[in-house]
Amino acid sequence: MKKEIAPAELHCGAHGGAPVGPRRATTPGEDLLRGLWRENPVLVQLLGLCPTLAVTNSVANSIVMGLATFFVLLGSSFLVSSLKRFVPNAVRISTYVLIIATFVTVAEMVLQALVPDIYRALGPFVALIIVNCIILGRQEAFASRQPVGRAVLDAAGMGGGFMIALLLMGSIREVLGSGSFLGVSLFGPGYEPWVIMVLPPGGFFTLAFILLTVTWLKRRRAAGASARAMERPDAVAAERAA
Amino acid sequence: MMGDLVWIFFSAMVVNNFTLMLFLGLCPFLGVSGRVETALRMGAANIFVLTITAVSVWALNTFVLAYAPYLRLIAFIIVIASLVQIVEMVIKKLSPVLFRQLGIFLPLITTNCAILGLAIFQTNRGYGLLEGLVFAIGAGAGLTLALVLMASIRESVDLGDVPEIAKGTALVLVIAGSLSLAFMGFAGLLSSA
Repeated sequence: MKKEIAPAELHCGAHGGAPVGPRRATTPGEDLLRGLWRENPVLVQLLGLCPTLAVTNSVANSIVMGLATFFVLLGSSFLVSSLKRFVPNAVRISTYVLIIATFVTVAEMVLQALVPDIYRALGPFVALIIVNCIILGRQEAFASRQPVGRAVLDAAGMGGGFMIALLLMGSIREVLGSGSFLGVSLFGPGYEPWVIMVLPPGGFFTLAFILLTVTWLKRRRAAGASARAMERPDAVAAERAA
Repeated sequence: MMGDLVWIFFSAMVVNNFTLMLFLGLCPFLGVSGRVETALRMGAANIFVLTITAVSVWALNTFVLAYAPYLRLIAFIIVIASLVQIVEMVIKKLSPVLFRQLGIFLPLITTNCAILGLAIFQTNRGYGLLEGLVFAIGAGAGLTLALVLMASIRESVDLGDVPEIAKGTALVLVIAGSLSLAFMGFAGLLSSA
């Protein structure tokens, strides 16, 4: 029988994100897909907000940051899941952090060599991937107790979800704040850029707007589901059982 | 020299405020900013850990990492994690009252990106021991300032008539954005200094 591991007191989810964990058996497809939208680490679980706000002032920065985090998450999930038999419970968090730090060092060196300009623009935030709650959270909640294949699928889904959130933020902020997309001017010289959107306050406002939209969508879907349940309770029950 | 130190302090505290301008340490900013009293305690714990981090990072940079720069990140995160653990044990032994007051905040600070961010900034800018200390205290004061401001605003907004859908994180983010807008005014200090 597998020993139940008490969840670490990661404060990352402390601000009201939905708790996410393997509460029931999931299929491999679900492992991959749920991170993209339904349990999106940023938009639904509210994790990893620091990089989401800090590096999304242009689409190019968002893409590079998303790729770096994706790589670190995938690599650490793979290694943590492979090593789960050998890691003593008492030092598991330190072990995860060490593994993550190693992959971040690799990512940092690769970025520095390949895209030095963007690496400089990202500043300390490449190194700060180490303390990104999404990564440590996935190790603790999923990779440390699942087989390697599913851990990798889960990491790919969550990493993809993080990239989606970053791209969303980056696109809104660059289009409004600089009038361009990936550096290509969109509106011609007559456009007066809304500069505040690429500055720090714009990050807060954009994320607030996106979260509002997500809440609104969730409410609407919940309302639709309950309306359907009122009309045809049998069909919904059957759907749920399937 | 003195002017430099004063400048480092105010730059870290308001002009480049860690939370509102650099987005470091957002988790406690969004998570424990519900009440002013808690915010103050969290701020104090942060200043404390930032200060000892600055000293140990300086020691690491001077005596160890000069010979093995590629171990930088791994060394920082191990030192920060063990340092917080040691401080926790020492405080528990020496002053149980303070320990109870800091409570859960102390261990949580390990995963706070402000601490690692401080270590990286300090290294990149080549700060010495004294400059590092002043930088850490300034950054901690800035974090505390942001936390307390946020907590006081949230305490008043609690009673306000906010649309149901905007309650929670979205509202906090809008407040944070407005605070951040206000803090941009401090950038003017840069040109006058």
